[in-house]
Amino acid sequence: MSENEEDRHVLTGRHFMNGDTACAEGAMAAGCSFFGGYPITPSTEIAERLARRLPEVGGVYIQMEDELASIASVLGASWTGARSMTATSGPGFSLMQENIGLGAITETPCVIVNVQRGGPSTGLPTLVSQADMMQARWGSHGDYPAVAYCPASCQEMFELTVLAFNTADLLRTPVLVMADEAIGHMTERVVIPDKSAIEHVARKRPHASAMDGQLPYESDGSMVPPMPRAGRGYRIHVTGLTHDERGYPATDAATHDKLVRRLAGKLTHFAPEIIKVEEVQLEDAEVVLVAYGSTSRSARHALTMLREEGLPVGMLRLITAWPFPGDRIAQLAERGCQFVVPELNLGQMALEVERNAHQSITRLNHAGGITMSPEQIAEAVRETMSCAREKSWSMSIS
Amino acid sequence: MRQEIRLGGFGGQGIILAGYIVGKAAALYDGKEAILTQSYGPEARGGACSAEVVVDDKPIDYPMLTSPSVLVLMSQEARQKYGTEIEPSANVLIESDLVEEAPEEWPRIPATRLAEELGARISANIVMLGFMTGATRILSREAMEEAISTSVPARTVELNLRAFAVGYENGVQHSEVTA
Repeated sequence: MSENEEDRHVLTGRHFMNGDTACAEGAMAAGCSFFGGYPITPSTEIAERLARRLPEVGGVYIQMEDELASIASVLGASWTGARSMTATSGPGFSLMQENIGLGAITETPCVIVNVQRGGPSTGLPTLVSQADMMQARWGSHGDYPAVAYCPASCQEMFELTVLAFNTADLLRTPVLVMADEAIGHMTERVVIPDKSAIEHVARKRPHASAMDGQLPYESDGSMVPPMPRAGRGYRIHVTGLTHDERGYPATDAATHDKLVRRLAGKLTHFAPEIIKVEEVQLEDAEVVLVAYGSTSRSARHALTMLREEGLPVGMLRLITAWPFPGDRIAQLAERGCQFVVPELNLGQMALEVERNAHQSITRLNHAGGITMSPEQIAEAVRETMSCAREKSWSMSIS
Repeated sequence: MRQEIRLGGFGGQGIILAGYIVGKAAALYDGKEAILTQSYGPEARGGACSAEVVVDDKPIDYPMLTSPSVLVLMSQEARQKYGTEIEPSANVLIESDLVEEAPEEWPRIPATRLAEELGARISANIVMLGFMTGATRILSREAMEEAISTSVPARTVELNLRAFAVGYENGVQHSEVTA
């Protein structure tokens, strides 16, 4: 590959760029070489951009017949050694759930972007929502590790997509970027760094000589076995059935428990490394806003307004929704903080805040279709502060 | 200071591109922060459409418009849809041949006619941007020209810069008259 071809992976420079486009450029910068997808609003610009960009660097873009095939193609590409991804929204994300589980049990790294719109079903095709957050955690059947990033700006659409690829390779599991329509469709300044400044976590590979004696699904202590490439000499069985350390189906209780515990255990093991939050003025905060995605921008605006009024308010912004920073919530609760959780769903991440805080919290919910206004959030904080009552209460916005 | 700009017209006038150019000028060439949002509803084709830009010296949290300080209207339908509930302090600029009824005091320019005289009706949006830049001075002429040059097809850069200049001069004249 010539130097020029190399350069086209990373569009170093300052851009005024749409969030979806920035996500696609994050994938390019991360070295993604395969996109299999079925375009759907509001994620279509990601597919559009990669359909043009991937062929420039010898990568492959395939428009599949539906979302079931899309995610299947992404898993297949990953087994050939590629960094692979798809992008979708609500209805497509639902269709992908079964094979996200296949990715988890076969330990196949890949990235799935969900630019959330209003649901259920076709719902609000062009309008914002954050109502797939629990689906991101529990959408596929069985126990499995779930990692989900929540970008809140076009810059983060770029950065968290790069990070999602790295985390996918670190854990050998599918990783989700849970964006929302407001972030995907807005246009902001995006600064793309030099290629040398972009972190790259290499996928763990078996040593050619060691493979004879090494079992393909044997844990080496890090919980993540090395991953051979299809077509590079290794005979390996890739199955969605419960398998033993050789990769052969072994559908007995003991093998199943051992395998699923290791898969799910990846999350606990790597949580301290993966969990990312942004803490805004928490030092003296008595009320903590817990927010993510586009709603966190409204919350930050509300926070500035409230601080001007002299109210001790802070924000814990979730950059990873999964794994959830439950310990930090517990610490803040112990300190006596109260929580206000604004989100564009009827109370999903609020459940996690509540069960980690061991106390009632204030929920501020809207089912979607509009970004939450800063004034609505500010009002919920003021009321929480003045009432300071123990019982949970729910506000609905007309 | 937070400035909220709404550009309204009909599908095909290049309203979204105009919004993109304003945001790009601010965020890349004028040392400001900017966010462009746009309507993605089914009404975005044919009927009234709009592009919304927030410009500020500080980082922008809330990306949506709360009360536009500048409103650029390029069709009668957009005038009806976006030009009714506005703050008295808002600066409303109109395409005088396309907006049929408007208060006398709203600054106006026949952008489409002027673009036609330059040889490309399609550059009416850029004439309008020139008018806005000259009349409001929210963004610098240089930043806008840079944003136009890097956003329109290469072969149309010269034409579009001429279109911008025509609008800009009209805008400056207007602001001097009212000052």
